[in-house]
Order: sequence, then C-alpha cells, then structure tokens
Amino acid sequence: MTRLWSAGRLTYLALAVTALMSIFPIYWMFVVASRTSDAMGQVPPPVTPGGNLGANIARLFANTDAYFLTGLVNSAIVAGTVTVSVVFFSTLAGFAFAKLRFRGRNALLLVIVATMMVPTQLGVIPLYLLMTKLNWNDRLPAVIVPALVTGFGVFMMRQYAGQAVSTELIEAARMDGCNTARIYWNVVLPALRPAAAVLGLLTFMTTWNDFLWPYAVLNDPENPTVQLSLRALSDGYYQDMSQVFTGTAIATLPLLLVFVAFGRQIIGGIMEGAVKA
Amino acid sequence: MAVQLDARPPVAPAPGTTRPSRGARLSRFDTRYSPYLYIAPFFLLFGVFGVYPLAYTFWVSLHDWDLLGVEHPYVGFDNYRQLLADPDFWHSVVNTLGIFVISTVPQLLLALWLANLLNRQLRARTTWRMAVLIPNVTSTAAVAIVFAVLFGRDFGMVNWLLDHVGVEAVDWKANRFASWVAISAMVDWRWTGYNALIFLAAMQAIPRDLYESAAIDGAGRARQFWSITVPLLKPTIIFAVIISTIGGLQLFTEPRLFNSGTNAIRGGPLRESQTVTMYMFENAFAPHYNFGYGSAIAWLLFALIAVVAAVNVLLLRRLGGGARKEEIR
Repeated sequence: MTRLWSAGRLTYLALAVTALMSIFPIYWMFVVASRTSDAMGQVPPPVTPGGNLGANIARLFANTDAYFLTGLVNSAIVAGTVTVSVVFFSTLAGFAFAKLRFRGRNALLLVIVATMMVPTQLGVIPLYLLMTKLNWNDRLPAVIVPALVTGFGVFMMRQYAGQAVSTELIEAARMDGCNTARIYWNVVLPALRPAAAVLGLLTFMTTWNDFLWPYAVLNDPENPTVQLSLRALSDGYYQDMSQVFTGTAIATLPLLLVFVAFGRQIIGGIMEGAVKA
Repeated sequence: MAVQLDARPPVAPAPGTTRPSRGARLSRFDTRYSPYLYIAPFFLLFGVFGVYPLAYTFWVSLHDWDLLGVEHPYVGFDNYRQLLADPDFWHSVVNTLGIFVISTVPQLLLALWLANLLNRQLRARTTWRMAVLIPNVTSTAAVAIVFAVLFGRDFGMVNWLLDHVGVEAVDWKANRFASWVAISAMVDWRWTGYNALIFLAAMQAIPRDLYESAAIDGAGRARQFWSITVPLLKPTIIFAVIISTIGGLQLFTEPRLFNSGTNAIRGGPLRESQTVTMYMFENAFAPHYNFGYGSAIAWLLFALIAVVAAVNVLLLRRLGGGARKEEIR
C-alpha cells in the first residue's frame, strides 16, 4: 500500500467540513421550521431547534394560498403511479432488449438511447397544447401520463438484465412450457429486483421533485403538486418564513426518509451506472 | 438443448394433422411477436408525448401563435429573426452561460478533489458517501427557497458570515454577477457530491500498480493525481461535462425560486438572473402567451446546448491528450 491510499487527519477534516456544508442547509430548514418567525431576524442566527413546529404545521395546513395538503396528496399519487409504471415497463422492455431476439432490435435500442439526450424543455409548449386538446390541463393525468415510461429506465434495465438473467434459465423455463409472459414474471422479474428497486427509488425522487412541467401545466392554484405549493408559499406578498420553511421541510422529508432507508442502494446504483457509461 | 432419447426415425404425421397444433402455433407467435408487445408501451407513449411534441415545437415556431388567437398565421423564420435581434434574449443567454461557467468549473474540480479523498482507505465509508450525496436527494424547489433566504441582503446568513471577515453586505438579488454566484452556489451544493461519486467509481477501476510504479519512479501524490488519475478519468470527465452542460443550460427551478414576487419569471426587475428557459416561459406562458416565439426560443436553446457540448468535448479531447496515457505506461 502506497501513501496515496491512507487517509490522514487532514482527509477526515476535509470530509467533515464537506459533510457539514452538505447537511447544514437541510438542518437549518428544520431549525427555522421549528421556531417563530422572528428567528429570521435574530443576530446571531439561531442554530438549534425551537418548540414551535406544531403551531407552524397547523398554520401551514390552514393556509388557503398554498393548498399544501392537496399538494402532498397529489405528489404522492403522481410519484407513486409513475414509479410503479416506469419500473414495470422498463423491466419488460429491458428484458426484451437483453434476452429476446427480434428484428430491428439494435436500431430500436439506439432510438431509446437517443431519446435520453433530448432536453425536456423542448417539448413543453406542444405538450401543453396537447393537454389542452385532451382537456387534461390542471388535472393530474397531465403530469402522470407523459412520465409513465423513460428511456433511461429501459436502458438501465437492459444493461442489468444482460448480466443478471441467465439465458440457460430462460431456455429451461421455455422447455417446461412457460410462455414469454410467464418467463418475465417468474424468472426475469425476481432476478431484476435489486436494479428495479434502484430505478424505482430514483424515479420516485425525480418525480416528487419535478417542478418545470407541473409549473407549466397545473395552473389551478387549488390543485397543485407539493413543489407548486412551495412556490405559492414563497411568492406570497407577506412571507411568514417559519411557515415557508415548515413547508420546505415537509416537502423534503419523504426524499430524506427514502435516502436514509435506501442510501446504500442509491449510491451503488449511481456508481454502477457511471462505470458502464 | 433437447436430448434425443429415442433413436427411431420420426414417424410421418398422419394425414390431416399436418398443421401444427394450436399450442405450437401460439408458442411460435409468442416467441416471434411478443417482444414487440413488451417494448411497445415505450414507443407508443414516447411517440405521443416525446417525439410528436418535439417536431411540433418546430412547426409552432414557424407561426405567429397566440394562445388566445383563433388563427395562427404562418410567418416562416420571422420568430427566429426577431429573436436574434432581441436584446432580452441575448441577455438571458449571457446569464445562462455565465451561471453555467461559474458553477460547472468549480463543481467538477471540487468533485475530482472530493472523489480523491473518498478513494482513500476510510473508516465509515458509506456514511461519508451518503453525506456528500445528501444535497442531491433534496427537493430542488425547497432548497432554492432556503438558499434565497440564506443569500438575503439584510438578514441572510451568508452576509452575516461575510460581515465577520470584514466584507460588506452584498445585495445578492439586485446585483447581476452576485445573483449568478448565489445560484451557482445552489447548483454546486446540489451536484458536487453526485459528480464526486461518479468520479470515484471510475477511480476505483484504475489499476493500483500504475500508482505503485509511479511512486517508485519518485512521483508524489499531486504528480500521480495529475499524471495518472486525471488522464485515465478523461472519458468519465467528458461524460460529467456533457451531463452538466445539458443540465446547466436548462437551469430553471433554482433561478425561478431564487426570485420571488410578481416579476419572478423575469429573474428580478432588471432580469439579473433570468435564464433562457425562464425567458421561454415568460414568452410562451404568462404574461405573453406567444407560443410561436416561445417555441423558437426552445429550439435555439437546443442548438445552444448542442454547440456548448460539442465545444466542451473538443476542448477536453485536446487537453491532456492521448499521448500521456502512453507516457505513464
């Protein structure tokens, strides 16, 4: 072992400072969320939690500008539906691309990879016109349906299925009389489970977090996603900061909980994806 | 593979049963066509909600397309011509490029350094990795609001800290360059750890004997980093730069929520931090509802991303060229 690989005190110090800077804004969000509004004007700024969280939450949910509870429920519906759908369709298509033979397979896969390069912004305007035609403006299908499949998901599952599902096992299942749908359900899906879990987590976080498209298409202030509720809160004329921060804290909480529970898998997924890219 | 157990020649099928049985036909149909069924949902949904809008954006951009108007007259490339002469558009382009440069350069350098730290023999490895990734899994909207407060002029914590080291209070929202710095800080906070993990993954794939022989030749830590790690990481660095370019030039949520009040979509009263995507929104949706103009902005943004990505790749190819790889071997 060369000196390069040992971690000295300076390494730990630098990492600790980085970690502190990473965590502080989130921590501070919870500090302000648990204090009264005059905490914002205090010098020095308070850095420990206060006892006002309950009252702030009550004020937040009673705020008729933000429709915060509706926002939370809507975001849960949207993120939940999109996650299940993306995982299902991606494992299905990924399995087909990795393990089944059919004409045009490589060309079609190339199309999928190409779709990953296209910026979402480019489609916002016609998508809005389309939603007007479908009469989906201001309604949740407008946010859910375009997100039901992703090229990223298909590609990720194809890469994983290539090595995780053994071709012999599929052949054996076919010998036993399984049709392709049963092979997918009984053989492939269980083998894909770890990668599917990572894809599900990433999809849930991205969808929960999405701002641009809901901002364009959900204009009815009474039917927001939680991120739009936050915008309504922070754009108000009078800003009750402890209430705003209670909102940001609650909107971030599901993501943090997912991360604390599955952080190891998420990190593994990111690092794995990088090596193969 | 099926094993032939009986050596007898196959019996000729009785007349009338030459057609394969129903089960066999179904199974042939299954193996030949079901793959298309499995990939169809992607192509159907993406066709309707991905490809069609893309092409349609271009069609709309050739029209004078007012959302409230009944007629949408064809105007050819007028929107583009008007846009190229529009000072507010160029202002937003400069903002976007400015924020992109002052966020991406330090971000990728920091990520390299951080990855190098994380690549050492650490105790509680996973905890450190989680700690640097945590900004990436928070809500962008929420964090933008929090940073807008941290960068407040009168009660913001950043100014309070600056005051302690003798720097005068900065009006982060009213000063164009200062607002770029504040927004870049948000972007860096969110993405440095993510990029560090990507670099870390690539670093772990570098064979360690390269470092050992370099150490024997007397190369120090810094020399090893710049002559081995960085050149061998080049593909990953290019990947990270392209991803950052696509993301950075589309920046929207952070600057939009950094500004609040009635003119938030303008990025401040004098458009201090209005990005191209924000300008597209301002024109396509409230207050102007000019879809033709907005679509033209969308296509020019796409062109801008392509150009910047290409320039980046060319620059990176020339930097630290392929020859250095041979040198260290």
